[in-house]
Amino acid sequence: MTTPTPAAAPAAGKKVNRINLELATYRGGKTTLCAGCGHNAISERIVEAYFEMGVAPERVIKLSGIGCSSKSPAYFLGGSHGFNSVHGRMPAVATGAALANRHLMPIGVSGDGDTGAIGAGQFVHLMRRNIPLIYIVENNGCYGLTKGQLSPTADLGSKLKNGVVNDLPPMDLCALAIQLGATFVARSFSGDKKQLSALLKAAIAHKGTVLLDVISPCVTFNDHEGSTKSYAYVKDHDEALGEITFVPFFEDISVDYEEGSSTEVKMHDGSRVFLKKLDAKYNPQDKLAAITLLHETAARGEFATGLLYIEPDRPSFIDLLNVVDTPLSMLSEAQTRPGPEALEEIMERLR
Amino acid sequence: MSSESVTQELPARPAATEIVNDFSIQVATVNGSGSQTANLVLIRSLFQMGIPVSGKNLFPSNIAGLPTWYTIRANRHGYIGRKKEIDLLVAMNPETAREDALALDAGAAVVYDEPLKLNEVRSDLVFYPVPFDELVKPICPDAKLRRLVRNMIYDGVLSKLLGIEMAEMEKALTRQLGKKAKAVALNQAALAAGYAYAEQHLPKRDGLRVERMDKTRGKILIEANAAVAIGAMMAGVTVVTWYPITPSSTVCETLIDYMKKYRVDKASGKATFAIVQAEDELASIGMALGAGWAGARSMTATSGPGISLMSEFTGLAYYTEVPAVIVNVQRLGPSTGLPTRTAQGDILSTAVLSHGDTKHIMLIPSSAEECYELTMQAFDLAERFQTPVFVMTDLDLGMNTWMADSFRYPDKPFDRGKRLDAETLKTLGDWGRYLDVDGDGIAWRTVPGDGLPAYFNRGSGHNARGQYSERADDYTANVDRLAKKFETARQWVPAEVADDQPGADVAILAYGTTHWAAEEARDQLKSEAGLTTSYMRLRAYPFTEAVERFIDRYTRVYVVEQNRDAQMLSLLKLDLTPGQVGKLRSVVYYSGLPIDARTISDEILAQEREAK
Ligand SMILES: Cc1ncc(C[n+]2csc(CCOP(=O)(O)OP(=O)(O)O)c2C)c(N)n1
Ligand code: SF4
Repeated sequence: MTTPTPAAAPAAGKKVNRINLELATYRGGKTTLCAGCGHNAISERIVEAYFEMGVAPERVIKLSGIGCSSKSPAYFLGGSHGFNSVHGRMPAVATGAALANRHLMPIGVSGDGDTGAIGAGQFVHLMRRNIPLIYIVENNGCYGLTKGQLSPTADLGSKLKNGVVNDLPPMDLCALAIQLGATFVARSFSGDKKQLSALLKAAIAHKGTVLLDVISPCVTFNDHEGSTKSYAYVKDHDEALGEITFVPFFEDISVDYEEGSSTEVKMHDGSRVFLKKLDAKYNPQDKLAAITLLHETAARGEFATGLLYIEPDRPSFIDLLNVVDTPLSMLSEAQTRPGPEALEEIMERLR
Repeated sequence: MSSESVTQELPARPAATEIVNDFSIQVATVNGSGSQTANLVLIRSLFQMGIPVSGKNLFPSNIAGLPTWYTIRANRHGYIGRKKEIDLLVAMNPETAREDALALDAGAAVVYDEPLKLNEVRSDLVFYPVPFDELVKPICPDAKLRRLVRNMIYDGVLSKLLGIEMAEMEKALTRQLGKKAKAVALNQAALAAGYAYAEQHLPKRDGLRVERMDKTRGKILIEANAAVAIGAMMAGVTVVTWYPITPSSTVCETLIDYMKKYRVDKASGKATFAIVQAEDELASIGMALGAGWAGARSMTATSGPGISLMSEFTGLAYYTEVPAVIVNVQRLGPSTGLPTRTAQGDILSTAVLSHGDTKHIMLIPSSAEECYELTMQAFDLAERFQTPVFVMTDLDLGMNTWMADSFRYPDKPFDRGKRLDAETLKTLGDWGRYLDVDGDGIAWRTVPGDGLPAYFNRGSGHNARGQYSERADDYTANVDRLAKKFETARQWVPAEVADDQPGADVAILAYGTTHWAAEEARDQLKSEAGLTTSYMRLRAYPFTEAVERFIDRYTRVYVVEQNRDAQMLSLLKLDLTPGQVGKLRSVVYYSGLPIDARTISDEILAQEREAK
């Protein structure tokens, strides 16, 4: 089941990916989110990224908590198993599923409330474990599904439609994740097609935990003047770290960067991430630099976007547990029930 | 019970009547003083002499410094529940010695640390003062070790006083300390010193005595948390998640040891399991469910506070039909309550854990053997019914020492339930995640990575195909099917065990650890009051039909349990007719100590007198 299933013959003339599947295969159900919601744009990028990377949908599992954002796994990769769990507790479910079958490729979608409030505890421990999982926070600075209350990522002083002002400092999920040990931390904006696509593809190639914090305006409750997570605000205050390009291991490297103007990061599977720098000093493998950058940009009221931090080779939690290669979920009775002599040995010690 | 007439001069019983292999010894020490080895050596040597025993540790929620009591019961009839009366006290703890002595029945024997001067507290006991500090000095020059070795001296004293064979004590000691030769030698010297002291200075004045029997051959001594662990391993568990909590921690800690030994793939040296200590019980249940959904045999173990945290996830698992085994080693709540005391207090809340209409399969073992067998079966039922299955034990069972039959190797293969495969899919033709094609309420499931059709597992409303739905008819059809599935489970859970006595008018219903005291109470009722009782032991929820038929056969049925609110009785009421309910009487006990036979027989006799 680790080998991609050959696709049904594609309709003539339709574009297919390297495992012969059409883009449509990667779509999900029709969205029920508001028109213009940032979350919808993210779902579209996810569809494209998995298509372009040629990932077999049956290898992917989609997980989520509760919220508008957490509904979105129903709207992409219809051929993959999904688990819409309970509010804030997707990390545990993802961890269990990843342990059960190490060959699966889990992607989790959460919201800023789902992650930063009710799910803060599980988020923290997930980042420490480095479970192979792409964890996307669709960050709109408010609770969409419960109609617009403030979330823990709302900026200090940001105002709700009803005039309530946030007087608590925001959580920076990226800074937190880096500090806790996440091995791939990036931030993007739902409206930035190019950057988000490159980051998603790099995330698919990464073998540990990916935290992808995507600013995703809530057009219904939080896309107004006074909100720092509105389309207008993000467009004006987005400080991209540089142009990011991702080259999967199965593609020839044809990008041609000027020496010294770009950083190349080699992923464990042979893929490469190129970061064309705006700031020549930025190195995404330097933890301290990443944290400093996040603090500096936040102080200026800006969002640093792009690949903030990456550590491509750290062993995952499953490696550390030294688990057999065959998925635990597929082990037979013969492989998991010790023989009578084992039981007898145990009994003898207790007699 | 406790004699307050301290000043009254009562001679110690002169020529005490002999009591062979039928007494309780209580050792009172300070938590953390290392009395565990001495106590285990004591219980083991009795066991090795073929005498049925049980050991109960009454300990504080504290690491060191608070009082702790270890009670060993030896009983030639095989009664292994708690005995209310203590026949021999070993008083080592200055803090509690006076109170402990006052609580004894007149005529009981007391071995005590001489400086405690317990002989001045009352005079109707048989006193055996022992100068422990004086005795330990010459055998243990290292002052730091004396506190630990000191305890072994009382084993030596008891060996002489009760006639426990010294060779068996030494054998038990070597077994307990293994290869630590120095420690063995030191403790052996302490044993000998105690024995010699008793021989020279303590003429026998009580009637307690042990005699070799042959009632423990082939049996084991085990804390039932270990039995749960062995059951889980033999059931092929692959994902285990947990968060430490007394009294359940040793389920997973023991399991880790066994799995490291017996579940590592020989060829690759890799584990055929993953055990994760989670950040809390919200996470441990979430992980277990993620794994169960993905097709692994998964489990978690916890106690009351953890069960409360698992409530929301349990409802999700019930509604979306995800298997997992949850072991609930019950302790005395509510809240932190008395975390090191036992209870059967989560019966009702676990049966319907979570919000909305939910009900869960619970398996209720009484013994270590059953902890092993029912834990194994729990994995089969969880997969068969695609739902969380609870194994309901308690602190008394999980953390105390029980005599048990050697576990039998399973003779049935795993039941993986309705896991769809390509063949079945072809036969079915059409597949929907929640389609009840077989009419038993159980649908076929697929798991990620099996290459079969995928579905979206969601806690929100869904139709038979697993699609999002807020339609009233979809909702009711779905929860009605879940109820049907629960009905089907009645035929699959372990059946009750009944003992119908001809001519009996009165019956007793009990479950879990209450069983031991209930059995002994039946003998008391019969031999002391001429009251013959029938008996049924519940082993699972849902109940089978046999329960109703059993109740129909009797006039009064006493439901005996270890909680304040008669929780099992409430659960029974849900299934019974008003006529049947009218026959139920309740006997409850909820002090945190394991229930004892006398409490039951006294209470039943009192209620019987009222009924007539
Ligand atoms: C235990 C629990 N408490 C509260 C809720 C109600 N609730 C549902 S979604 C939500 C907030 C979602 O906000 P966020 O995660 O930011 O996602 P968004 O809807 O903004 O995408 C809340 C509080 C719930 N479902 N479960
Ligand atoms: S309420 Fe906000 S977050 Fe929810 S779907 Fe609408 S726009 Fe998106």
